[in-house]
Amino acid sequence: MGRQLLNRRWQLHGWLIHNVSSYFVSPSELFCWTLEEPQGREGAAGEEFGEKRGYAYESKSDVHFLLRNPTITLLLAFLPLLLVRTPEGNIRLYCKGADTVIYERLHRMNPTKQETQDALDIFASETLRTLCLCYKEIEEKEFQEWNKKFMAASIASTNRDEALDKVYEEIEKDLILLGATAIEDRLQDGVPETISKLSKADIKIWVLTGDKKETAENIGFACELLTEDTTICYGEDINALLHTRMENQRNRGGVYAKFVPPVHEPFFPTGGNRALIITGSWLNEILLEKKTKKSNILKLKFPRTEEERRMRTQSKRRLEAKKEQQQQNFVDLACECSAVICCRVTPKQKAMVVDLVKRYKKAITLAIGDGANDVNMIKTAHIGVGISGQEGMQAVMSSDYSFAQFRYLQRLLLVHGRWSYIRMCKFLRYFFYKNFAFTLVHFWYSFFNGYSAQTAYEDWFITLYNLLYSSLPVLLMGLLDQDVSDKLSLRFPGLYVVGQRDLLFNYRRFFVSLLHGVLTSMILFFIPLGAYLQTVGQDGEAPSDYQSFAVTIASALIITVNFQIGLDTSYWTFVNAFSIFGSIALYFGIMFDFHSAGIHVLFPSAFQFTGTASNALRQPYIWLTIILTVAVCLLPVIAIRFLSMTIWPSESDKIQKHRKRLKAEEQWKRRQNVFRRGMSTRRSAYAFSHQPGYADLISSGRSIRKKRSPLDGVIADGTAEYRRTVES
Amino acid sequence: IDYTGTDPSSPCNKCLSPNETPCVCTINFTLEQSFEGNVFMYYGLSNFYQNHRRYVKSRDDSQLNGDPSALLNPSKECEPYRRNEDKPIAPCGAIANSMFNDTLELFLVGNESDPTPIILKKKGIAWWTDKNVKFRNPPGGDIPLEERFKGTTKPVNWVKPVYMLDSDQDNNGFINEDFIVWMRTAALPTFRKLYRLIERTNDLHPTLPAGRYYLNITYNYPVHSFDGRKRMILSTISWMGGKNPFLGIAYIAIGSISFLLGVVLLVINHKYRNSSNTADITI
Repeated sequence: MGRQLLNRRWQLHGWLIHNVSSYFVSPSELFCWTLEEPQGREGAAGEEFGEKRGYAYESKSDVHFLLRNPTITLLLAFLPLLLVRTPEGNIRLYCKGADTVIYERLHRMNPTKQETQDALDIFASETLRTLCLCYKEIEEKEFQEWNKKFMAASIASTNRDEALDKVYEEIEKDLILLGATAIEDRLQDGVPETISKLSKADIKIWVLTGDKKETAENIGFACELLTEDTTICYGEDINALLHTRMENQRNRGGVYAKFVPPVHEPFFPTGGNRALIITGSWLNEILLEKKTKKSNILKLKFPRTEEERRMRTQSKRRLEAKKEQQQQNFVDLACECSAVICCRVTPKQKAMVVDLVKRYKKAITLAIGDGANDVNMIKTAHIGVGISGQEGMQAVMSSDYSFAQFRYLQRLLLVHGRWSYIRMCKFLRYFFYKNFAFTLVHFWYSFFNGYSAQTAYEDWFITLYNLLYSSLPVLLMGLLDQDVSDKLSLRFPGLYVVGQRDLLFNYRRFFVSLLHGVLTSMILFFIPLGAYLQTVGQDGEAPSDYQSFAVTIASALIITVNFQIGLDTSYWTFVNAFSIFGSIALYFGIMFDFHSAGIHVLFPSAFQFTGTASNALRQPYIWLTIILTVAVCLLPVIAIRFLSMTIWPSESDKIQKHRKRLKAEEQWKRRQNVFRRGMSTRRSAYAFSHQPGYADLISSGRSIRKKRSPLDGVIADGTAEYRRTVES
Repeated sequence: IDYTGTDPSSPCNKCLSPNETPCVCTINFTLEQSFEGNVFMYYGLSNFYQNHRRYVKSRDDSQLNGDPSALLNPSKECEPYRRNEDKPIAPCGAIANSMFNDTLELFLVGNESDPTPIILKKKGIAWWTDKNVKFRNPPGGDIPLEERFKGTTKPVNWVKPVYMLDSDQDNNGFINEDFIVWMRTAALPTFRKLYRLIERTNDLHPTLPAGRYYLNITYNYPVHSFDGRKRMILSTISWMGGKNPFLGIAYIAIGSISFLLGVVLLVINHKYRNSSNTADITI
């Protein structure tokens, strides 16, 4: 019944398709759906739909229109009203909004009122988001009058918003109901699990949405951000807390409260799960973002005396300090809660909240959203994630990462984020170690060569060391290393805290790797030194010459650093193994090449080490020296590592140790789950608001999926299953 | 055998400030044990920094490789030993200039009053690659060596020019083995270089029987000015090279430490293995 209703009306009035943008709720799917029904054609959303059918496409700011009859001219488009002039010369007003709001403005004599209301009820029980549409014919004269008032209101210098609202109210009267639409707006799959996993990983989750409070609260329960035993505090409740804290601080520190050292008394008595639900306007108020009244500035525009100027700057500074202190207090309070939900926030406020957290809490922020209204927030946060979906690609284009579903966030953070951190830290530590071991040999050698900066290696070796001989293994380790497998990473979100607390690369670790490099360089130098002090070669020719010495140290160095990275690698693949042994082989290959007779003939001055490799490495004595050096460098590392893993194992060590057992458990659990399919509980969601600028979709994950069959069943039969779940 | 001669009682003391050149001195010594197999004679220098950077760079390998253009125009690295009296020096550089020029001769004091000179072989002391690849005389084929070196002059501190180092044409010029051995710079300030070989005569007699010997030294090389010391060393070798206890001691030390460590870690592993199996993963 509703279907036919919509059908007829739309044909009469042209097809209005609103593009999804910040302030419009009616998404394109809506009309596609409606249009699909009569024509039975598949259609892509919005523009493609229109273009396929050859409709004229006209756009005015955020609103796009596909007008069947291109002669309809657009008069005015402002949210959420639309004034057009039909080709016959009439002026029509189209309006959309929530049923509660629209119904107030309807003409008394609307024939379809009751039917539409019934349809709306059915939609609501299906937990769909509903919209009502209506229109009105306007006389030319009436329009002109109203237009004048509208112009006056829009250029008003004071209270512009209120004036505009009044003007809107005037014309939005006696509307004729066109019909109702409904879209399905379900929470994406996997959102509750993702949220609970992330909170186990010590990540605080805040929801910033433009919906109204009840909706936001429902969403919070739906995605398990709020549970049954969570105490919910609203903005008004904590006003008092913030106020008292402010007073205390002022009493303690005088005017410049921010110079008082922060006292870490918690806002709330400890214990219990606490959640905070605040609105955008409350945020404005409490954080003193309101602009100072213009009258004040006009009065003190020209400070006559020095005194006045000083007082003004002082008062400004005081105000600034007070604001900062208030903001700091707010952030502290909010961080004590396990979840924070801000509703009715504008995009600007979203960005402001992110900025507050960035400034007052030394934390890394990640903002995830899917609409154009999230772009501000995505850009402000340290990491911006855009969900590519039906909202279009604005969020995606301004983000650092983008994917299609919210639940991929857990993989992004817990698997790839964690691995990336671990790889980076290992890479850095190893790189510093390797270069210190390489370079400091010269330092020790200088004691024995008259401090003359004679290099302890061949020049070509120095050139190629970082380039060829030791670069590939560390590169591969930085790309491929995994300390625990991805499934286990997801299963134990607690592993993530290692990165949050900076445990794997901080000053201490850096100095440890530095020290390691120094010790290695000492061993690399002094053992061959001892071996060379009094030695002669196998056939009497003294190999105690400089070039053999260089070759010995270089070989020992290459073997040591490559084996060291072998010890550091936790995830062995074929490429890793190949790179390590390959680097060593490459070194020997190139060395023999450069020390050969052939190349000396070509470039005598450049390659002076002719014959060294073959002569020196022929001696078993040299090999014994090299082996001893490598062993002395690596054995302590092995011992220390073993001890630390046995006596003080880290979480990831423990997991690694038991990984086979955990993997078996995983298999067993998965086999069990195959035969059971979870039913997600849905709460009814009247998630629509009418106010301009706040009509927003849930930004913490949503997708609009065209689902035709259930609705067909509902409307066509006229019967409906009432699956209304009770709101708490 | 140190023969620097700083000690006034040393026979070579008189050569420190010689009133006549060349100064010859003799040192007596006794071998407790006879030396079997091939015996190698080395000269050793101390406090001589052949590994100083400026020193090591001061050579021209193209010239030493026999390149005719480099012969007459040595590389700039050789400064200040590049030209002398406006003629290019061959071989140029500080390394060549400071070549060791003492002559050592060994005599066995036998039962008869006549001391027997020990035959010292002067070929085969340099690396094969050095002698045949790295160092070559300037090309010329049949032209006598002196002709090939025409236009150059000898290094400042040398007595004889390079083409008169030895009468044997295979050991003259740049490919003189003593020269080659000297040009292979040492790694440390205390080093030894192979001087002569004493070949094994036959299996019945030891190469150097135990007894008294004396060393005849033509003391040319001044080391006293930089507090250096000169030594003559006689040595036999094994598969691992000459006598050097360092590596052996090091291996034994490291080996025993590793063994102890292994035992300790085994105990620790055993103790913790039992406790960790029951430990739960707390996250």
